[in-house]
Amino acid sequence: MNRILAASLLGLSLATSSLAHAEPVKIGVITTLSGGGAGLGIDMRDAFTLAIKQSGNKDVELVIEDDAQKPELAVQIAEKMIQGDKVDLMTGIIWSNLAMAVVPNTVAQDVIYLSPNAGPSALAGANCNPNYFNVAYQNDNFHEAMGQYANKDYKNAFILAPNYPAGKDALTGFKRYYKGALAGEIYTQVGQTDYAAEIAQIRASGADSVYFFLPGGMGIAFMKQYAQSGVNIPVTGPGFSFSQDVLPAIGDAALGVKNSATWSKDLDNEANKKFVEAFKAEYKRLPSIYAAQSWDTANLILAALSKASVKDKDAFRAALKAADFQSVRGKFTFNTNNHPIQNIYVREVVKEDDGVLTNMIIATAFEDHKDAYADKCSM
Amino acid sequence: MFTALLIEQLLNGLQLGVMLFLMAAGLTLIFGVMGLINLAHGSLYMIGAFACATVAAATGSFWIGLIASLTAAAGVGAIIEVAVIRRLYSRDHLDQVLATFALILILSEGSRWLFGSFPLYLDIPPLLQGAVPLPGGGQYQLYRLAIIGVGIAVAVGLYLLISRTRLGMRIRAGESDREMIAALGVDIGTLYTVVFALGAALAGLAGALVGALQSVQVGMGEPVLILAFVVIVIGGIGSIKGALVGAVIVGVVDTMGRFLLPSLLSLTMPASQATTIGAALASMLIYVVMALILAFRPSGLFAAQS
Repeated sequence: MNRILAASLLGLSLATSSLAHAEPVKIGVITTLSGGGAGLGIDMRDAFTLAIKQSGNKDVELVIEDDAQKPELAVQIAEKMIQGDKVDLMTGIIWSNLAMAVVPNTVAQDVIYLSPNAGPSALAGANCNPNYFNVAYQNDNFHEAMGQYANKDYKNAFILAPNYPAGKDALTGFKRYYKGALAGEIYTQVGQTDYAAEIAQIRASGADSVYFFLPGGMGIAFMKQYAQSGVNIPVTGPGFSFSQDVLPAIGDAALGVKNSATWSKDLDNEANKKFVEAFKAEYKRLPSIYAAQSWDTANLILAALSKASVKDKDAFRAALKAADFQSVRGKFTFNTNNHPIQNIYVREVVKEDDGVLTNMIIATAFEDHKDAYADKCSM
Repeated sequence: MFTALLIEQLLNGLQLGVMLFLMAAGLTLIFGVMGLINLAHGSLYMIGAFACATVAAATGSFWIGLIASLTAAAGVGAIIEVAVIRRLYSRDHLDQVLATFALILILSEGSRWLFGSFPLYLDIPPLLQGAVPLPGGGQYQLYRLAIIGVGIAVAVGLYLLISRTRLGMRIRAGESDREMIAALGVDIGTLYTVVFALGAALAGLAGALVGALQSVQVGMGEPVLILAFVVIVIGGIGSIKGALVGAVIVGVVDTMGRFLLPSLLSLTMPASQATTIGAALASMLIYVVMALILAFRPSGLFAAQS
């Protein structure tokens, strides 16, 4: 009798202890899965789910919703996830204007948000928050790197970006490190698809280089039209304009263009090799930078989960901040404002033997780069 | 140098105008003849671009792609006219807007399901690659000149079709009095399908032509649709001539505004401020022009008789 009791007690204690380990975790993923910007969100989602699947962790439950790139819809989904689904963590948003609509309200309700892409300057400085972790970059970073790199070859740059917060962050970032003169500065309309008027001004400006930030379809349109215009001034841009999701649509017009990014397919580390192979095997296409950042976000969460319970917010935040995971970007740590300290590289668009366009690292613009707003954050 | 820039920008404005005309002509024709507001016109533009990109990628020829875009857009146009639009003629405009908005969603997600979410590649045919010299020392992209040529040819063709052919006569009769031409024994149902397919084919042609300059992706039609509505409101709803004049006005005003406003403002304020304010004003400019024209001619420049 005693023996049976002891055995059942043992069994019970084993069961409860394994229950304590197998604590279910609910992650809300809001991302763009329809409309013109869907390519970015789909890469984000695919890499995230693949990382969770590969880890073998069965306790993570994902709630994935499509924001259709609409801020008002993203806000509704976030409320539903927090109030209805009772998610423990949130992530997924691609666009800065959506992040600005969702993040402040989410972190104020003590839900931890991890950004796999957007990094608006407003959330990096005075409005930083212990519940907000940016696993990607601060918006200015890529542009700062290209401004720095431009000093090497160029003295008279023509710069253009769309007229919205991330566009302004972009040109501000470029000008922060670029020391030469500006042949011209243009803000284009968001969603603009015809750049004939701007290209004519570039032709007439006498610039020695062009720097442009036009994410998604805007950049495809610009590059195709630029290549056909007869203007031969060299073009540079941030990695978003020459990411794996848009390169096939730009075609050979992108060949040889230099662009900046924190990640590239050929970055030499174990985690990256494993990531690129796994992604290619699962989805039969090459990953983009959005996929890489999302993969890192998932692995950061998994690493923190193995150290602390998600219900114990303080311990979990500390576990996230330690960033004790194998990043596909190599060295990765968090600054005081929960934004990354990381290397930023200069890449060049090349064609592989099988005819696929992709990027190759040619230089390092910054080592262990921090964003310019961390000082204003009081954390 | 400034003259060359000015000529180049004028051509850019004209090219944008001509492209808008291809969209607006179909829209205004459908409204004029059937009294239908068709929000799904932008989706037909997208279908033209997708058909051209897919067929061009499969066959290696842009020209076969162009034929495919006309066929696909006209075909889809005819199918949705028979299946959906036909039931809307007798309803009021709110029902039409709701139903055609639903069509946008169905066609967009349908294209995503068929072609995927990533933008497709469509290149300019080798014959039209490169740039040609302009008087004054500038250069201009050959393909854009070709688009202007196609637009003018379509405008002339539409004029001849409507003023010189039997089909054109019926279209004009349908605009003035629907019941009467039905009573005279014209098969009004077939006429409507033909007009709708014709408008759809023009939108598909515009989509294919522009697809080679931009990215071919889901949702590419809606921004153009808004401009096309501005064009037909300025030109007078139902008037092809109005659509042509309105399209050229919108094209030139938009291009010149983007080009001239920031430089004009920089004479009176610091450069970075001028670019920001100039960009904001330029994006409003065509709507300001539309408001001004409507203030003086409330039914547009060439209002069709109602």
